[in-house]
Amino acid sequence: MRDVAILGVGMLPFGRRDEDSLMDMLAYASLKALDDAGLGNDTVDAVYVANMGGGMLQHQASIASSLVDRLSLLPAAAETIENGPASGASAVKNGVLAIASGHYDTVLVAGGEKMREVTGWRATDFVASMTHPTAEYPYGITLPGMAGMFTRLYMEKHGVTREHLLAISLKNQEMGTRNPYAHVEMALDREGIFDSPHAVVNNPVSADPLHLYDLCPVSDGAAALVLCTVEAAKKRGKPYVVIAGFGQATDTHTLAERDDPTDLKAVSLAAQKAFAMAKLKPSDVHVAELHDAFTILEIAESEHVGFFKKGEGGKAAVAGKTRLGGQIPINLSGGLKARGHPVGATGVAQMVDIVWQLRHELPENRQVKNAQVGLTVNFGGFGNNVLCFILRRVEP
Amino acid sequence: MPVDMELEMVLRPPQLPMVPYPPKVITLANGKRMVVRQAQREDVPAILKSVHPCLFIERDYYDIVSARLYGELLAWYRYRVKSEYCLLGQVDGYLVGIVNGRMETDKVGMSYHTLAIDRGLRIGSHLFAAKMEYHLEYLGQEDVLIVAESPIGFRRWMIEYPLEPTKIPHELGGGDSWRLTREIYFKAKPRLVVGDRPVPKPLMDEAVAEIKFADDDTIRERIAGLKGR
Repeated sequence: MRDVAILGVGMLPFGRRDEDSLMDMLAYASLKALDDAGLGNDTVDAVYVANMGGGMLQHQASIASSLVDRLSLLPAAAETIENGPASGASAVKNGVLAIASGHYDTVLVAGGEKMREVTGWRATDFVASMTHPTAEYPYGITLPGMAGMFTRLYMEKHGVTREHLLAISLKNQEMGTRNPYAHVEMALDREGIFDSPHAVVNNPVSADPLHLYDLCPVSDGAAALVLCTVEAAKKRGKPYVVIAGFGQATDTHTLAERDDPTDLKAVSLAAQKAFAMAKLKPSDVHVAELHDAFTILEIAESEHVGFFKKGEGGKAAVAGKTRLGGQIPINLSGGLKARGHPVGATGVAQMVDIVWQLRHELPENRQVKNAQVGLTVNFGGFGNNVLCFILRRVEP
Repeated sequence: MPVDMELEMVLRPPQLPMVPYPPKVITLANGKRMVVRQAQREDVPAILKSVHPCLFIERDYYDIVSARLYGELLAWYRYRVKSEYCLLGQVDGYLVGIVNGRMETDKVGMSYHTLAIDRGLRIGSHLFAAKMEYHLEYLGQEDVLIVAESPIGFRRWMIEYPLEPTKIPHELGGGDSWRLTREIYFKAKPRLVVGDRPVPKPLMDEAVAEIKFADDDTIRERIAGLKGR
């Protein structure tokens, strides 16, 4: 197996992009990544596109083929990867395997989703289509509904409180104001969303005990990266980022079939595999992007990947251990919570942000000083398909 | 413009007596404090300056809402509408939202429009709630007739309260009205209607002293910018 590097990255600002089609967004993000990689068009062997909803929301299939044509990358191999909200990291994984196997030398991975051209109800229904088709979906469950039940149980079993969730929300929204790619560049105020009696309107219950500002927004957006061999990256003569390790695991489709629904086994297993492959441990990680579609998930994932013991993640957030300058800074991009969550793009966007961290290219108010190792968790379904990546900076 | 007051008295619709809306202050999600107060007729030309740039924003039906609001406020200013009122939301003196409506009879209110100039802070929800509060708690009406022109409005009013469908045509476009009754209002009030009274004097003085406006580009960016908060 050959080692794989990330040669270039690109991202579009997430948000509501009425003026761009899904293909526009994928193309613009890809061009940014190709430009960053300094590649000519004729050097891409394959293109993997992560997308969950093109068929349902845009009535569009064969998205990867369309992108290859749009970018004039013919005759590069083209494949679309659909793996729910974990599509992004799945596409990267497929690209990594293709290069590691020696079959391809250079792969473009793009992730994108256009969710804002339908109403919020239809977007919520579209996301709910990942739930079990006979055991969950027909009963009206949505992902916020699942997250609400998960949160309640997590509170009861592991002592998470509304204060803990609030700490995540305030941190990630604040980081969103520092990220020009973020969908929601708006800092929140504790009084306005929690302490004041007016918070009942400002931050209403969405899925008890989760409130409006515990949920990520519905976003349009795209991100892309170019994978290559380590030998190719070395030739650039400057620091680069390698895939140090990755892991993927699947859990039961229905939450009800799990022995303990608060135990996110797929997160734990994916992280263990990634750490084993990278020959690293959680304390070696300098910065992480976790899949905080709901504030509870940042807490739960921070525990399941091994940054904190069970029951300690929320307290760590309140203590500032996950802020910039803290023990393990998490979601300095604003996370899904503020950067947004165009589902197919998210896993790629997480890695783009970590690459910027490891290349030390971010402004001081977002950059972890001397970051060498970064981790991502891309969480599909409700934890039934999870990928964890560990990236590492390499000096030339 | 010369005015023939004899003819003017024929042209002007009759007016019902209206008690003033008592101002209140609301803490927003970003911690800023929004003063909600009643506009005076002489404020209209200044308010229209903030509405004007919104006339050309298609996004979320801002164009039709703004165009109709512009006409309604002008009609109030020129005495061509019956018993209209306008409430403003101001943060640091800046106009961030406008709502208006009128009394159809002493028992029935007619909701007009809700225009949030700053978005993502539920300013529209707060101001719509203030409008309903005015009709039902201060003007003492029994019902308010409402329509929505945008999906956002539909979600906020028809679903969140939730309003009662009727077959009564609404004067905005002639569609079926939805009705807010006193029963629905008081049931929804604990989760939708907030605000503190009295407004602290420095805040009220700042709001009344001058209605400040963001420039046209800023208004367009807030409403229709790529960020789409």
